[in-house]
Amino acid sequence: MTDALWYFARGSGVVALVLLTIVVVLGIGSRSGRSVFGLPRFAVSLLHRNAALLAVVFLAGHVIGLLFDSYAQLRLFDLVVPFVGKYRPLWEGLGTVGFDLLVAIVVTSLLRNRLGAGVWRAVHWLAYLCWPVALLHGLGTGTDRGTWWLWTISLTCAGAVVAAVGWRVSPAFARFPARAERRVAPRLLEEASR
Amino acid sequence: MTRLHIDWTACDGRGLCTELLEEMLVEDEWGYPVSRDGTTEPVVPPPLEDAAKRAVDRCPMLALKLVRR
Amino acid sequence: MNSVLAAQTLLTAGDGGLDDHLSRYGRLPSLDGSQIVGLARDAELTGRGGGGFPMWRKLAAVAAAGTPAVVIANGAEGEPVSGKDRLLLTRKPHLVLDGLHLVALATGARAAHLYAPAALLPRLRESLAARGRAGLDKLPVTLTAAPDAFVSGEESAVASAIAGRGAVPADKRVRLVETGTLVQNVETLAHLALIARYGAGWFLSSGTFLATVSGAVARPSVVEARYGVPLGDLIGAAGGATENLRAVLVGGYHGGWVPADPALPVTREALAPFGAAPGAGVVVALPAHACGLVETAKITQYLAGQVAGQCGPCVNGLPRIAGTLADLAAGRPRPGLPGEAARLAALVTGRGACRHPDGTARLVLSAMRAFEADVAAHLNGRCLATGGRL
Repeated sequence: MTDALWYFARGSGVVALVLLTIVVVLGIGSRSGRSVFGLPRFAVSLLHRNAALLAVVFLAGHVIGLLFDSYAQLRLFDLVVPFVGKYRPLWEGLGTVGFDLLVAIVVTSLLRNRLGAGVWRAVHWLAYLCWPVALLHGLGTGTDRGTWWLWTISLTCAGAVVAAVGWRVSPAFARFPARAERRVAPRLLEEASR
Repeated sequence: MTRLHIDWTACDGRGLCTELLEEMLVEDEWGYPVSRDGTTEPVVPPPLEDAAKRAVDRCPMLALKLVRR
Repeated sequence: MNSVLAAQTLLTAGDGGLDDHLSRYGRLPSLDGSQIVGLARDAELTGRGGGGFPMWRKLAAVAAAGTPAVVIANGAEGEPVSGKDRLLLTRKPHLVLDGLHLVALATGARAAHLYAPAALLPRLRESLAARGRAGLDKLPVTLTAAPDAFVSGEESAVASAIAGRGAVPADKRVRLVETGTLVQNVETLAHLALIARYGAGWFLSSGTFLATVSGAVARPSVVEARYGVPLGDLIGAAGGATENLRAVLVGGYHGGWVPADPALPVTREALAPFGAAPGAGVVVALPAHACGLVETAKITQYLAGQVAGQCGPCVNGLPRIAGTLADLAAGRPRPGLPGEAARLAALVTGRGACRHPDGTARLVLSAMRAFEADVAAHLNGRCLATGGRL
């Protein structure tokens, strides 16, 4: 039984990482306003959302598995407070950080209409912190660390995100490169800052 | 009547609404939505209300709203 | 002297002081809110900031909004060719403040603001102090400086500036009056102050509007007249045209070009066929030797530089319109040119938080009609105004 939980936690953790990678790549893709992989823009956006929700499901499995695992001895407050765990506190703490960031991102996304676009977007930027933290967590801890197959999966995920971010910051990213930037004219704000 | 309102201070021309509501909206040369009937707040015909709601829901900038007037 | 040019009521000499004001007009009669709304309605008083919206409707809407009302006197006058609000605030600040007091009463306002160019604020602060000493206003008035920018006087930009967020136009899904905020041009308020004293009937027969007349006239100035005044009389009141005129810009940079017909009455109805309106009373006379396309290109360039910067269609469209006008003015033919200006004008209309794109489009469309022959000549490398080759 104990072993089953441990296997389940490891497996769901890896699946969550792969899904999160897909989420990040699709998020960048939907930000581009282009059709990606032949999908229309709205489908990219929906896939991004649904993959994220699926990642949350697997992450929940990962966490619940570890909560009941006698070896990891994860406690409830380890889900909130990082770096104080009993089992490899640093690497487990990264998992806690990643988990908390993901919860923040998902909850603000679900409440987007209530919070407003500004808050939502600010929190959403944390995805660029959440994903690398999750990757490091996977590389640094667990029974599978150092195995060739986890390295392969991790490097593939990293390659996908690095490529997507590279595209994101390249001039080729914009769908309408000639479009003028929207920015409030400073002269309208002069008296307000007086 | 249900009308589609675009908050231009928020709209970033990401182009989801022109896909989800192509019966009502097209893209201009900069990627911003233009109502096909040329009105500022186009009326949403009843058969398109669900599509309009989806467009409102999926707008990444929360720039679309349905208004009744 | 033409009968429709008014005896001066707003612009009579005055030093701007409270004693002068009280000896000239006396104190405001005591009126309740519904009486004030009724007076504005019966006098058919319309907004003088450019929109021309009936004041009483705004008063009633703000009063009915169900939130503590805020009233704002708008003296920003971002329009470069308008000067009447500045003159009024200098010469008759107490009429404006009387009007502000009246709309505060009419709406049950808890806060009153005066929004004006920074240069006018020291004098206005003195005016407010004098009123305080005389025990005139129960509701204190807060002064706020208006940035020197074309859109700084736009209604929602005014409300935003008062709230300390900068003079930035806002989305109009919820109309400003529904939030309990009344923004009223200073001239409109001054008229209300006179209506409260002399009655709605007096205003219907003797009420005026202020016009800023400039361009090819002997004495560019602010003149006072009645709606319906022939265009020629307005120009005559500013010393008359210095030479033959090619056209006249009525309604300012968001207005329209009308023919230089001295008999053309300045009313909504008579100006409508030219896509113009009395607006904020701006009249610019274009001399015969000047090219209307060159002038319109310059104005459009200015307007494109004055965008607030928030709305994609405006930020992208106005510079494109300006570029198109510049090409027409310089006679740089390219495929689709004459139609391009009208197409872009239609494309930006109605697609912004404020009416800046709409107003710019209106000016451009009116220029394409008024200077149709010039457009054809320019595309053939000739200019009708200079008579030479481009």
